[in-house]
Amino acid sequence: MALKIVKGSIDRMFDKNLQDLVRGIRNHKEDEAKYISTCIDEIKQELKQDNIAVKANAVCKLTYLQMLGYDVSWAAFNIVEVMSSSKFTYKRIGYLAASQCFHESTDVIMLTTNQIRKDLSSPNQYDTGVALTGLSCFVTPDLARDLANDIMTLMSHTKPYIRKKAVLIMYKVFLKYPESLRPAFPRLKEKLEDPDPGVQSAAVNVICELARRNPKNYLSLAPLFFKLMTSSTNNWVLIKIIKLFGALTPLEPRLGKKLIEPLTNLIHRKIHIFSSHKMLCSQSHLIVSLSRIAVLISLSSGMPNHSASIQVMKYLGLLAMSKILKTHPKSVQSHKDLILQCLDDKDESIRLRALDLLYGMVSKKNLMEIVKKLMLHVDKAEGTTYRDELLTKIIDICSQSNYQYITNFEWYISILVELTRLEGTRHGHLIASQMLDVAIRVRAIRVFAVAQMATLLDNAHLLTGNMQRMGICEVLYAAAWICGEFSEHLENPMQTLEAMLRPKVATLPGHIQAVYVQNAAKLFATVLKNQEGNTDSTAAQETSQLMIDRLPLFVQSANLEVQERASCILQLVKYIQKLQQKDVEVAEEVCALFAGELNPVAPKAQKKVPVPEGLDLDAWINEPPSESESEDEQPKAIFAKEEPKHSRPRHTEVDEKELARRREARKQEQANNPFYIKASPSSQKAYQEAPGVEHIPVVQIDLSVPLKVPGLPMSDQYVKLEEERRQKERADKKKKEKKKRKEKRSGRGRKHDSGPESEEDITPAHMVDIVTEEMPENALPSDDDDKDPNDPHKALDIDLDKPLADSEKLPVRAHRAAEAPKSPAEDGEAENAASQEPKKKSSKEKREKKKDKDRDRKVRIKWQKDYKSSKHKKKKQKKEKEEKEKKKKKKHHHHHHHSDGGGEESVQNGTVEEEEPLPVSVYDIQGNLQDGSQVVVSVIFENKCDSFLKSMEFNVLDSLNSKLQRPEGSGPHDGLTVPFQLPPGVSNEARFVFTVQSIVMPQKLKGTLTFIVKNEDSSTHEKLDFKLHFTCTSYLITTPCYSDAFAKLLESGDLKCSSVRLEGVIMPFHHLLARICFHHHFSVVERIDSCASMYSRSIQGHHVCLLVKTSGQTVSIDAKCDEPTLLGNVLDEIKQTFSQC
Amino acid sequence: MIKAILIFNNHGKPRLSKFYEHYNEDTEQQIIRETFHLVSKRDENVCNFLEGGMLIGGSDYKLIYRHYATLYFVFCVDSSESELGILDLIQVKVFVETLDKCFENVCELDLIFHVDKVHNILAEMVMGGMVLETNMNEIITQVDAQNKMEKSEAGIAGAPARAVSAVKNMNLPEMPRNINIGDISIKVPNLPSFK
Repeated sequence: MALKIVKGSIDRMFDKNLQDLVRGIRNHKEDEAKYISTCIDEIKQELKQDNIAVKANAVCKLTYLQMLGYDVSWAAFNIVEVMSSSKFTYKRIGYLAASQCFHESTDVIMLTTNQIRKDLSSPNQYDTGVALTGLSCFVTPDLARDLANDIMTLMSHTKPYIRKKAVLIMYKVFLKYPESLRPAFPRLKEKLEDPDPGVQSAAVNVICELARRNPKNYLSLAPLFFKLMTSSTNNWVLIKIIKLFGALTPLEPRLGKKLIEPLTNLIHRKIHIFSSHKMLCSQSHLIVSLSRIAVLISLSSGMPNHSASIQVMKYLGLLAMSKILKTHPKSVQSHKDLILQCLDDKDESIRLRALDLLYGMVSKKNLMEIVKKLMLHVDKAEGTTYRDELLTKIIDICSQSNYQYITNFEWYISILVELTRLEGTRHGHLIASQMLDVAIRVRAIRVFAVAQMATLLDNAHLLTGNMQRMGICEVLYAAAWICGEFSEHLENPMQTLEAMLRPKVATLPGHIQAVYVQNAAKLFATVLKNQEGNTDSTAAQETSQLMIDRLPLFVQSANLEVQERASCILQLVKYIQKLQQKDVEVAEEVCALFAGELNPVAPKAQKKVPVPEGLDLDAWINEPPSESESEDEQPKAIFAKEEPKHSRPRHTEVDEKELARRREARKQEQANNPFYIKASPSSQKAYQEAPGVEHIPVVQIDLSVPLKVPGLPMSDQYVKLEEERRQKERADKKKKEKKKRKEKRSGRGRKHDSGPESEEDITPAHMVDIVTEEMPENALPSDDDDKDPNDPHKALDIDLDKPLADSEKLPVRAHRAAEAPKSPAEDGEAENAASQEPKKKSSKEKREKKKDKDRDRKVRIKWQKDYKSSKHKKKKQKKEKEEKEKKKKKKHHHHHHHSDGGGEESVQNGTVEEEEPLPVSVYDIQGNLQDGSQVVVSVIFENKCDSFLKSMEFNVLDSLNSKLQRPEGSGPHDGLTVPFQLPPGVSNEARFVFTVQSIVMPQKLKGTLTFIVKNEDSSTHEKLDFKLHFTCTSYLITTPCYSDAFAKLLESGDLKCSSVRLEGVIMPFHHLLARICFHHHFSVVERIDSCASMYSRSIQGHHVCLLVKTSGQTVSIDAKCDEPTLLGNVLDEIKQTFSQC
Repeated sequence: MIKAILIFNNHGKPRLSKFYEHYNEDTEQQIIRETFHLVSKRDENVCNFLEGGMLIGGSDYKLIYRHYATLYFVFCVDSSESELGILDLIQVKVFVETLDKCFENVCELDLIFHVDKVHNILAEMVMGGMVLETNMNEIITQVDAQNKMEKSEAGIAGAPARAVSAVKNMNLPEMPRNINIGDISIKVPNLPSFK
């Protein structure tokens, strides 16, 4: 044996180790790929050997190859083998390899659970450490669930080395398995005060990460952190704590004041903590520090030789400023010059930061100036990335908050046009979309925009000149569209038409050509219209001829869209020409082709269209063909409540009144906002009134602004003009000129002060009409649809101060005694839990709800009412109504998978003529899965009379088998007080818990409800008898089961058989199944043609299996169950269900 | 959180890559290339921060880097990490100095041939994307203890293997060829390869 080991190790000496591999790769520079592929072959050979040392060596080499970009997932199993070696050396290699290449979808990960658990409890602290480190890289939801408890134990390990790793990894566990947060939190909190600084720092680290996403849950820790901050000397911990406070202070203003002192101390002590102190922004008191930052920046910019560390400070200063800007924009604005200076910095990172700041600093007053500066930089900038960044920033700055700061749109259009002259930018489409947006939404600017775009089209050769500029040719898309759509504003449409049909156009990308062709047609229509007024018809015919001459070029285009449009329009024009030759007036008809106005539609509009009343989007339009559903799932999908497919809240729930209110509020808001003008002229109207001149809000154009700028405009002119305009305006105001201004000049009253102009004083050069984007009628304002439903941190938003419930304990490993491994319910549940975890549950309530949902299935039985014998005749009627109610409920579930028993309405069972209080109508029985002997009955009491009901007492005559659970100390015949009173017409729900010993038999319990009816003058004591019917199916709980588990269950032979035949059932098979599912809480396991297997499970764990077959009108049900009596009763009940219908 | 730690040389060759979020191998290589491209074009005298490349998550992530002789050390972090803190972590107290202590004057070759050891050191410092330990002495103690364990496990069986690898190292082309003893310089002939 010893010899073998020695021999093995001698063999090993000549194997290639990692160093040899690296050396080999370095020596084979020319044919590296070939060399590596031979190495991989060798590794494959090595992995086949039994010697673990050889395997470990191979895995070590694979880790290196993985870094070089080779896929090594094929060796995943070998990695697991090496991980499970008993030697630390190999174990470490294995875990390293695993941490580099395992991920959630690596399937061998599930093999590692036990190995990792073993390593975690290893006596050697480094084994544990290495396992924790590895696990931190590849933890999956399953591993997290299975190991959470082991890791939690390690958090109080004796060795600080293990403790700190265990604490840190908990964050990863929380992310993957949010349920573990609450049970683990107390211990985590404890670790904040751990004697070892490393553990402490790890705990701070984890809590900071948690609190960053959901700060409000961690407010209660503030005092503890405050203490830590004043006592700790570890910089790392301090930085983290300050970050944490940064997240907490916005929620708790008092914290801010408390923090000033310790923070200032800290700043004095260590200047570098500065960087983390972005929280300053939340306090106005700490603005002092802001000036320090400013000083810092100015200091660094003043220094002649820029050393790297000063650059670092400059960067951090700008970063801090950007945070402060959000809350105190004024104080940052005073440093404008400093920031503009930073734009000249040679460091790109600093320039980008400065740009970010500018975005928040603009106002109406300085927008032009800032953009002018930026334009200068655009010209100077050499790297394309930075220039692109500048370009996007300029557009961002100008278009922010619905063009809020733009006072002169002509200026903006000229800026955009200037930007098109940039070489090699990627952002052509951005400029294009801005042009389109402005031209569409600002009606007043269209004349100007069209003129500019016509010039652009004329000079298109400048833009398409070389291939490098392909990005910018997107602008032509916008230009062509604007010229076509608003062609009535064109000075010389003929010329533009000509420009659009140049042969050169064929070199443009297809989608742009398509727009060209389409808009050429629009232009053609306009031209025709202009020319038809003339007596000379040749001009019109020439235009048609031009189209016919040029369009064939596009008809040959390789792009389908271009080809299609071109050939279509070509034929149209040919036809028009024919008509023209017969002297028919066609312009009118041609124009009608393109009549009507296109209104901007908000991007989210489609999503916000509310579902109309009575439209059920989930309902089948046609019943799905039965063949396709043989795969089972389908009926389950309808009835299984635990599959919330639609996480999006449904809009239909909001009632009409609320809708109207919101709509009104929105209109009001828009009306008050001077920059919103409702898009009142609807498209049809515009169409009727043709070029609806009255609708275009008339623009009072300042005479100082020339309407037409020949050639390409210079935006600088506008800056100057704007300056002059403002000055003039101010002068005018000073003189308090008596001439009446036209009312349209400005919507707002202006203050007549001669002081420095404030924001409001700057009137836009045009009364700008920014058309709002259209939203559907009744659209609901909702903001939450932007949130990412997959954000793992959402699941961690958990209330941590609530005491732990028993059910929240982490799963502990235990030998499975009661639950066989194949127990379908167990598996199903685990499956459920795993699949549902990452979704939803953002709030505590939702958690609660979910728990209810998982454990309890609602069972509903009939309320046998025996209230005064004279009312018996009502019974039948009532039953019918209940049936209806049930159906309603069915629908209800169908809609809202979350439906809770409390939400249902009660059946109206009392009638007015009776003049008697009939409080109760519906109840639910919920089996409690956790405790096999408990059943919860929810009763809805509804007061149907005109009197006030109080002192209600609910009492049930206990049987041997079932008992009402009463509070301790009360006798077996005492009633339970219903914890509420009922005013007339009100209903409420109360829950009562029953203990049931045997569930194999159905039973009825007699009960009484006593109450006091209070009228204005008198009060009487009344009594209502009832029966509670506990059917056997009410003890069954819908439990999903997989076909393989189901098969095993049947094979096991523990089950007793029974069968039943139903005759004369005339309903489709899937209805029948649905009925069994719904009324008797089964789920379909598998369905093949007219045969289906179904499964359910009782609260005490009995398995009930059904095999349902149908032929003609006969349905036979073969059933198996480990409890024959239960089975018999369930079958009887099923039979009864079908005999009723 | 730290999203990735990359070490590559002046030519963009990866010397260590540690991703705390899963990407497939191709994407990892692209990220390394992109990061190299972003970092390498920056001057020496500019600040150590820049926004992350598109692949790694764009401007929500920051690249914090340092350049030493032939190597770039790059950390890609999100907004919960302090820029200066990470910068310190790379140099002043922790990472590079620990490497320096463990390899005795670390140079690129050490990282090339012992990437596994670098990983082990890194694992004591950063775990699952979160900073585990910032105390250099503590890190070195733990790394040493683990190395000792490794040696004791290898025991006698490991001895021949070590001898062989020592012999192999004799053949390193990087071995110094000039040995200066006082004034006399002895020329060591270029040994032919044993292959």
